[in-house]
Amino acid sequence: MKNIALETHNLTVSYNRRPVLWNVDFELPSGQIIGIIGPNGSGKTTLLKAIMGLVKTSSGYVKIFDQDLDDVRDRVSYVPQRESVDWDFPASVMDVVLMGRYRSSNLFKKISQKDKDIAAEALEKVGMLEYSGRQINQLSGGQQQRVFIARSLAQGADLYIMDEPFVGVDAATEEAILNLFSEMKKEGKTVIVVHHDLQTAKAYFDWIVLLNTRMVAAGPKEEIFNEELLQEAYGGKLNVLSKVGELVREKDFPIREK
Amino acid sequence: MNSTLEFLSFSDPNVRFVVIGTMILGATAAMVGTFSFLRKRALVGDAIAHSILPGVCLSFLISGEKDPLWLILGAIISGWVSLLMIDGISRTTKLKNDTAIGIVLSVFFGAGILLMTMIQHSGNAAQAGLDKFLFGKAASLTQDDIMVFSGIGIALIVIVLALYKEFKLVSFNPDYAKVIGLPVKFLEFLLATITILAVAVGIQAVGVVLMAALLITPASGARYWTDRLGKMIIIASLFGAVSGFIGSYISYIAPSMPTGPWVVMALSVLAIGSIWFAPKRGVFSKLKLSWQNRDKILTENILKLFYHLGEDEGDFEKPRSFKQLLTSERFKELELTKGLKMLKKNNLLRKKGETWFITRSGFKEASRIVRLHRLWELYLNQRLKLEPDHVHNDAEAIEHIITPEIESLLEKELDRPTIDPHRSKIPYPTE
Ligand SMILES: Nc1ncnc2c1ncn2[C@@H]1O[C@H](COP(=O)(O)OP(=O)(O)O)[C@@H](O)[C@H]1O
Ligand SMILES: [Mg+2]
Repeated sequence: MKNIALETHNLTVSYNRRPVLWNVDFELPSGQIIGIIGPNGSGKTTLLKAIMGLVKTSSGYVKIFDQDLDDVRDRVSYVPQRESVDWDFPASVMDVVLMGRYRSSNLFKKISQKDKDIAAEALEKVGMLEYSGRQINQLSGGQQQRVFIARSLAQGADLYIMDEPFVGVDAATEEAILNLFSEMKKEGKTVIVVHHDLQTAKAYFDWIVLLNTRMVAAGPKEEIFNEELLQEAYGGKLNVLSKVGELVREKDFPIREK
Repeated sequence: MNSTLEFLSFSDPNVRFVVIGTMILGATAAMVGTFSFLRKRALVGDAIAHSILPGVCLSFLISGEKDPLWLILGAIISGWVSLLMIDGISRTTKLKNDTAIGIVLSVFFGAGILLMTMIQHSGNAAQAGLDKFLFGKAASLTQDDIMVFSGIGIALIVIVLALYKEFKLVSFNPDYAKVIGLPVKFLEFLLATITILAVAVGIQAVGVVLMAALLITPASGARYWTDRLGKMIIIASLFGAVSGFIGSYISYIAPSMPTGPWVVMALSVLAIGSIWFAPKRGVFSKLKLSWQNRDKILTENILKLFYHLGEDEGDFEKPRSFKQLLTSERFKELELTKGLKMLKKNNLLRKKGETWFITRSGFKEASRIVRLHRLWELYLNQRLKLEPDHVHNDAEAIEHIITPEIESLLEKELDRPTIDPHRSKIPYPTE
């Protein structure tokens, strides 16, 4: 296989001792547009948070470009779910995009003109430059999403990890994002996108991970889109697994023998 | 008015201390409180205010004197312990954060009161100053206090200025801050520490109960005046300082009046005033906007009526009587009178004797509105495939808000049409 952008190895994550991700184990190639697909509550957001080191993992590890996150932070960029922040915060579009230029190395320092130029360029790429002075709560949902993506672009990373960028956006934004993806692909960037809509997944992505608490399948989209696998990911509940999950919680059982 | 002059001249050093002291307190609490407000941690300020009491008492018991520095050190330590406990309780148990705050707050405050009572009964002469941590006593601020307050105030300002952009990001989107590798734990620690410091100082003017108001109220008012964090902090701090000034003034001219509660009263008036009168976001300007919209709709409808009457009779310049105008559309008499008056003022209509007619610029405006109405009807009909008899009501509303840009887009998209779905002519400016 080609270069590996992201590897998760036996990743398990629990909330209040209830596992919401079990043994997720995959390797994703670089330079592709990759969809992580699964129904609501299947653990997609949790998986991204685990990759980005935002939730504690009970077991397993994550490698990005074959290294630990801390060694490659500058090469990874994260776009959180749009609803995860309060858009009534007193900030302009430019303020938010500039946040993509903050580093631990420029702590205490003012934002430079170069950073501002990079931020403006990122806004241009998502077609939002003329909104740069706008208060962020005066944007539509699609525009807010584009601002978040611009902030991430301003980081100048190689790997982009986005949580549901297509939720609640207008057709224009959807098109803008898709165009951006193919441009990024041309530049050799890797884009990993959480998505819950099966209908559009096949058109959007080159490579797909099917997730439902555990990893159902991962591979090029032609291999993944077959009845059996989709049924496994979307059809019915994973009864045994969720029952065992409940048990683990009730009995306060360690998820791994240490 | 003599006492006002006396107060304003600052000739009495005590007045100086009290005024400067309360203004610093108000401003710093407001600056720090802006972040608490934006991070939705209003309750935490309250918890800290209650929790510093045992620290203050213990530090008094240990040091045996009421040196403001020692007392503040005690306050910081017990403030910190309380925050750690709140965090620990909500992390390790299933209790919600506000429950954890409630538990810690009452336990610490109870312990504080116990210690305070002990100190009072021990007959220690110096204890007189301690109860200001309970009720606040701005009038007793001394020069030493002012020195400490100014030092702390400057330190807080320096910290906020130095880490302004990081504090902004941590308040807006802490997960993102973590992901890009900022030391979020450290930044949150600093934010908590400056809050504790601001509380430890501010509490000496307004007391435990009102302290949370000193933190949060200025920010909640300032939010109405601006959409930018920097300006919001400045406005909140001004609110805090002005309220400090007003509070100490009132208690100076009426010595039986306590300073702290008046500071908070002044703050509340400023905040409520902001909610009402702030431009754009305020209730009043929202009302004004809706009045303006109503007037716009009214006058545009009257102009349209002139156009329709003229169109029917083939004579746009014909004078119209008030009665004719009133009967031909759904205007109320008062409304129509008001609308005609506004149109006359703007030279869109002219009055001659008892009749009204449309001026040249009035006609231009009237045909613009009719054009927008008919363009929109056509658009709904052609692009959204709505039946011609379903498009009128929608166009009645939309015609008033279409901007020139949208107008030219419509024209282009529909290829500059001349006839609307009801077979009426679409008027264009003749030039
Ligand atoms: N902070 C949390 N505490 C407890 N349970 C959580 C938390 N976040 C998510 N969950 C649970 O974990 C499961 C997976 O959630 P999530 O990763 O958000 O799924 P998805 O993004 O696929 O919709 C859900 O059952 C959800 O209720
Ligand atoms: Mg999700």
